[in-house]
Amino acid sequence: MSLFSFLKSRSTAPVARERLQILLAHERVALGPRDLVTILRDELLATIARHIEFDPEKLTVKMDRAGAMSTLEIEVEIPSDKVGVGAQARASAA
Amino acid sequence: MSKVIVVTSGKGGVGKTTSTASLGAALAQSGQRVCVVDFDVGLRNLDLVMGAERRVVFDFINVAQGDAKLPQALIRDKRIDTLSLLAASQTRDKDALTTEGVERVIGELRGMFDWIVCDSPAGIERGALLAMRYADQAIVVANPEVSSVRDSDRIIGLLDSKTMRAERGEQMEKRLLLTRFDPARSSSGEMLSIDDVLEILSIPLLGVIPESKEILRASNIGAPVTMNASGGPAGLAYQEAARRLAGEAVPVAIPDQKKTFFTRLFGRRAA
Repeated sequence: MSLFSFLKSRSTAPVARERLQILLAHERVALGPRDLVTILRDELLATIARHIEFDPEKLTVKMDRAGAMSTLEIEVEIPSDKVGVGAQARASAA
Repeated sequence: MSKVIVVTSGKGGVGKTTSTASLGAALAQSGQRVCVVDFDVGLRNLDLVMGAERRVVFDFINVAQGDAKLPQALIRDKRIDTLSLLAASQTRDKDALTTEGVERVIGELRGMFDWIVCDSPAGIERGALLAMRYADQAIVVANPEVSSVRDSDRIIGLLDSKTMRAERGEQMEKRLLLTRFDPARSSSGEMLSIDDVLEILSIPLLGVIPESKEILRASNIGAPVTMNASGGPAGLAYQEAARRLAGEAVPVAIPDQKKTFFTRLFGRRAA
């Protein structure tokens, strides 16, 4: 019993790891649009690649801030043979 | 094709200068032409770690401002003749270095050396940004400790946004050099593991330098650990990191792993 609690108290690395993961997740977003776009791009790439085979170069992510409105523009070019019809998915979110 | 490498970390005292000197010496030993450049204006130390503190006549700022020619300011190492040092200024204020001046000097160095290794000052201010600005690759030096890892994450963000490569939309290659690593403490859960740090920072590993008494001994005498055979495990780890930097596929050996069990056993008994 006392041996177990002794072992437990020495393992502080998992605490350090968890604190860092939570902190950095917040700081990366707070760092600004450039880093956010990079993160979004990477995550979108991973999500799309799970379902469709496509060229990662054909994904563009843009973020604009004008006045009170921010726009996030995602453009994905998907090869026609992958979906049957020539397709260009386009999404805009305000 | 010459390569400009920045050795950076955000946090101070994690081993940037030691790593610059050790990697620079190791690369030069293989016959490549290497220049190590101190960007820490006002607090120069690379000259001291390299054992050249009494040979500094002209410095980086003298060259950047046109008061001296680059060959006059370069200090050639007495032990390895393909290794040179460009010292930082000790007296001028840190704003004396300009973007244009740095660009011109780096351009000139590219014509003379295979490797230009830039020792960045700590922090995320002008000096650190200038040190990384014209780099082709970055070595992020971190200790397995929360504040160092957090600051490294900030620096990675800056490497991806504030450098020439980033501004041109090109990829900035970044690799992690984990220093002051203690395998025994890591395996007993007292210290972040190599995998923990790699997962958090998500950049590839250049090397792991074990905590070692040889490092202090080396700076005491002004001879980087890679310069002599008695550099111990840290010297060996720097040698291997330099080979990886040069493109060789050298597997990362985790230092002293065999001792771990015994160290833990005795460590517990003693406690």
